[in-house]
Amino acid sequence: MWPLAITGRSLVTALGTGTNSLREALRARRGGLAPCGFPGAPDGIWVGAVQGLEGAAPPPALAGFDCRNNRLAELALRADGFEAAVAEARARHGADRVAVIVGTSTAGIEETERAHARRAPGETALPADFDYARTHDLQALANYLRARLGLAGPALVVSTACTSGARAIMQAATLIAGGLADAAVTGGVDSLCRLTLNGFNALELLSPGPTRPCAGDRDGISIGEAAGLLLLERPSDARPGAPLLLGAGASSDGHHMSSPHPDGLGAVGAMRAALAAAGFTPAEIGYVNLHGTGTRANDAMEDRAVHHVFGDAVPCSSTKGWIGHTLGASGAVEAILATLAIEDGLIPGCLGIEAPDPAFQARVATANTPAALKRVMSNSFGFGGSNCSLILGA
Amino acid sequence: MRPLRCFVGGLSVLGPGLPGWSASEPVLAGLAPWSFAEAAAPPPALLGPAERRRAGATVRFALAAALEATEGEDRAAIETVFASANGDGAVIGAMMAAMHEPGGAISPTQFHNSVHNAAAGYWHIAAGSTAPSLSLGGHDGAFAAGLLAAMSSVAAGAKPILLCAYDAPMPPPFDAVRRTDFAFAAAMVLRVRPEGARAELELAYREGAAPFAPSEGLDALAEGNAAARALPLLRALAGRRAAVLRLPYLDDAHLELRVAPC
Repeated sequence: MWPLAITGRSLVTALGTGTNSLREALRARRGGLAPCGFPGAPDGIWVGAVQGLEGAAPPPALAGFDCRNNRLAELALRADGFEAAVAEARARHGADRVAVIVGTSTAGIEETERAHARRAPGETALPADFDYARTHDLQALANYLRARLGLAGPALVVSTACTSGARAIMQAATLIAGGLADAAVTGGVDSLCRLTLNGFNALELLSPGPTRPCAGDRDGISIGEAAGLLLLERPSDARPGAPLLLGAGASSDGHHMSSPHPDGLGAVGAMRAALAAAGFTPAEIGYVNLHGTGTRANDAMEDRAVHHVFGDAVPCSSTKGWIGHTLGASGAVEAILATLAIEDGLIPGCLGIEAPDPAFQARVATANTPAALKRVMSNSFGFGGSNCSLILGA
Repeated sequence: MRPLRCFVGGLSVLGPGLPGWSASEPVLAGLAPWSFAEAAAPPPALLGPAERRRAGATVRFALAAALEATEGEDRAAIETVFASANGDGAVIGAMMAAMHEPGGAISPTQFHNSVHNAAAGYWHIAAGSTAPSLSLGGHDGAFAAGLLAAMSSVAAGAKPILLCAYDAPMPPPFDAVRRTDFAFAAAMVLRVRPEGARAELELAYREGAAPFAPSEGLDALAEGNAAARALPLLRALAGRRAAVLRLPYLDDAHLELRVAPC
């Protein structure tokens, strides 16, 4: 089943639209987080908000899908030649042989929040023009992409909290292996909303400044929004030199709904499963892009888990200091980031910190380091004890 | 396209007039009469007291079905696919209401219960399982989505998969925009090995909407809950009869399902 080729990829983050915006910001060590101006958000937090959504309305025939999440998806379709890459795959295999398998934690729930807010005083019913199925419903994301791209294959929406994007990519590979599709549009899209911002605030997990993963005095998450889309096909359908998805592994913690297992047993399981799937030893991985949310618990757990698997031999870092924690999109965004790191020969050190937590044992990079990378692991962990690791290569 | 194949092992159903597989099998097989009576989900016995207190009614439904379908299985080893159109609508609704009240606050427990993979999270805690798990949406086609994902995972990984589809009614004001009339859960263990299996399934993805099939009585439940779209399959399995089913999936696609009793 492995490897698969990445024949298209597209990114939208707080740093801008298109993979080059992230590529340049990584090189320049310029972050995209800013003080939060999102209506109804908790006071005194920073977020990674995407610019340009006002110009990303769906085409008129798909107007019913209009919501913040689908606008993020729309921006991603227009960037990086993604739409054209999908059109080529559709011509190559047939529209019914291209699946859409994407992840999101909250889909278009921000549209529901607007619908609540625009009710007249005393009115309990939602406005008559509120389109639940094409905005709030999780499936809205896949249905929008599928309609917008003229595809007719299977469509799945994965929602496993903060592993959604990575888990969708893994399931897309599974579907191709099972013979249900020859290509898959996959990845994740997640947008800022009151529910997420206030929910993480209720858990006291939000940083008052830009998040600083792996710092000894790290103080929480900065939430971001993003779209990361990939087109997966068998290597025989790709041009030589296309980036590769070498393997993937998943696990559950079976421990607690919102706290990771302290020793990262689930994280270790996902990383080892990904290595086994790809057929590589830990020493053959050149860099680990951490889940690295910037919370006390996640980063400490992940340090132990990464050290357990890789010792202190393999450099690792979190790139959430640039774009925030983009939740259900993060696994897809960071998988694409991993392919950029390989192409640019760059290990991006954690942003905004001088030295890692002195208690950490893994080899945490805090400065940009040139490196000839062949294989990069990308980690995602989420509430409900969901874990997923991907291995990207060239 | 070659169809996906697997064998069906343990089963469960929990819905109106269908209080668990063993009690419902004669009803599903058409050997005993069916009448509408809301089902109740027992408190999840495998969970510790703290988690049992936190798990809501929707999660209890999913867990009860998962528990019955995995009777005799090594629960800690089995991978899972959970499929639900609405997730925990009661939790989302309560959070939405709280956020739009002056001074309203949401609780940490509500927030972690609001993730779509909450049922999966509680199940893996209950089962002491670190096996991989997938949680899917799918609107009205959530059961079909879950079956397609689970059968492709069985085909790719050769390991047994627990599929659990569940949904519950939404609270106001969502009930007016998303109809779900009652709680329903269906669960089944899917595997490559035929030993002890009830039937073999063959699945093919087909373009075009499923042909409209007028339904009444038990089959009409499918209109009131996305997970109840499992009923035609459950009835064929209970009756141990060969069948070709066309399972609605997307607006313009369905699954062709061939059931062959073992």
